[in-house]
Amino acid sequence: MSIDTATARKVAKLARIRVEEADLPKLAEQLSGILGFMEQLNEVDVTGIEPMVSVTPMRLARRADVVSDGNIQAQILANAPDAREGFFAVPKVVE
Amino acid sequence: MTNPNQLTIAAARDALRKGELSAVDLTMSCLTAMDAGDDLNAFVHKTPDIALTQARAADVRLKAGGAPDLCGIPLGIKDLFCTKGVASQAASHILAGFKPEYESTVTTKLFDAGAVMLGKLNMDEFAMGSSNETSCYGDVINPWKIDDRKLTPGGSSGGSAAAVAADLCLGATGTDTGGSIRQPAAFTGITGIKPTYGRVSRWGIVAFASSLDQAGPMTKSVRDAAIFLGAMCGYDAKDSTSANIPVPDFEAALTGDIRGKKIGIPKEYRMDGMPAEIEALWQNGIAMMKDAGAVIVDISLPHTKYALPAYYVIAPAEASSNLARYDGVRYGHRAKLAAGDGITEMYEKTRAEGFGPEVQRRIMVGTYVLSAGFYDAYYNRARKVRALIKRDFELVFDAGIDAILTPATPSSAFGLGEMASADPVEMYLNDVFTVTVNLAGLPGVAVPVGLDAKGLPLGLQLIGRPWDEAGLLNHAYVLEQAAGFVAKPAKWW
Repeated sequence: MSIDTATARKVAKLARIRVEEADLPKLAEQLSGILGFMEQLNEVDVTGIEPMVSVTPMRLARRADVVSDGNIQAQILANAPDAREGFFAVPKVVE
Repeated sequence: MTNPNQLTIAAARDALRKGELSAVDLTMSCLTAMDAGDDLNAFVHKTPDIALTQARAADVRLKAGGAPDLCGIPLGIKDLFCTKGVASQAASHILAGFKPEYESTVTTKLFDAGAVMLGKLNMDEFAMGSSNETSCYGDVINPWKIDDRKLTPGGSSGGSAAAVAADLCLGATGTDTGGSIRQPAAFTGITGIKPTYGRVSRWGIVAFASSLDQAGPMTKSVRDAAIFLGAMCGYDAKDSTSANIPVPDFEAALTGDIRGKKIGIPKEYRMDGMPAEIEALWQNGIAMMKDAGAVIVDISLPHTKYALPAYYVIAPAEASSNLARYDGVRYGHRAKLAAGDGITEMYEKTRAEGFGPEVQRRIMVGTYVLSAGFYDAYYNRARKVRALIKRDFELVFDAGIDAILTPATPSSAFGLGEMASADPVEMYLNDVFTVTVNLAGLPGVAVPVGLDAKGLPLGLQLIGRPWDEAGLLNHAYVLEQAAGFVAKPAKWW
């Protein structure tokens, strides 16, 4: 599968990574190379094989659905680039 | 005692317990070596104050008697581990300024055992790389040098490998998603083990590909790996994939007796174009195991060739999901916005500025293989192939194989920048012998076995049964004793 610049633009958008228009052809070429490498997987007969969900044959642990933590607002916000009045602050969202 | 920083963990432990050495003196020796090793660019956040506080506390515990093995042992911690109040950036600009409010389970366990943290170690950004050239802190330099070139220590745990090989610390934590402990260990002539998936808690370790990531020790000897691993692992309720099974005494398992054990030699690991030196090293290793009384068995792992392409679907897919959290809202870098920019521009500019090119590439590959219309063709197919790769191993272990011996890397360390113009896929080939182990969730260890004609270290890999790190380390111990690898890099830094 070869990736064109339109697809590269779409993937960058989905990934929320800004890519300059001039850089899209090179990105498309690199993604094509990597995806070409993955094409080898088509040689494998996977009939009747279930996709692996867990590498160890154990069930994910369950826990009681209870509050085990809290009242640490200052810690939660300590690393925020912008926090105001106890909240994370982001640019205004107008839909 | 002169230069105690050059001791193994085992030797330092014994000297500390006998009172021949204090934890403070040992730590001072490592801090001096660390500062003198700045040219290697291995340590990126130094914590001498924490180290000395921990060392003083360790001396009190040692004096009282009954201190754990790691009490007073100075270690380096990979930048991927969250350490409370200490920068933990995963070598990425996007986590610039991030100081966790909590301590990872692994470092908590190490500190509870009395270990001393010297500082945080360089790595490839988000552990994505095989040469430590994708770090926001710049390249790590391999202490091994044969001409005027600077060589890679491998990656992603390149800072850990360089620091241990250069005696800046006694051991270091690493993490391994596709070979990131074993390949740098092989490139620097040290020992590195990736445990069975679920053996070591991933809580507080910055996630790359959650179904593949495992932390492990990087050390100067197999015995040190056994001691260090014992202190790192164990059940942790905070990691839902942590295995609730007992942790054996790994050091006690080092009997040196592997008589009658069956060692599998997989024919698919004999790659086209593999250097004659690697083949010769492998044959030497086979002879060593045979001399020790093991039975050598030719085996087949037929889906080996599909491991790398499957890995480069699954790991980026998981990474694209894990790294979605870096959005400039809760921690780390946020881009400066232009007038009129909204939240989407904030995300896009922040992520473009914060992530390096290789990380961006992998996020986008992952986004693509998970996107509507391609999920089945790429992601689900890769997960099916992964199931087949795991089955290959199950079949040989069911047939009575105790461990599998392979080369660790397809070459010795290469020069920094030498792969710069290469296709990304060429760099990925570094992981060809190690990546199967992550896909199958197995334990694997790299042991230094010899030098190549240029004078650079080469390692072999042993792969064990699930949860049999004890048996695996004993096999590695036999290989280590037989190989008698004692070479150290000549100090130039």
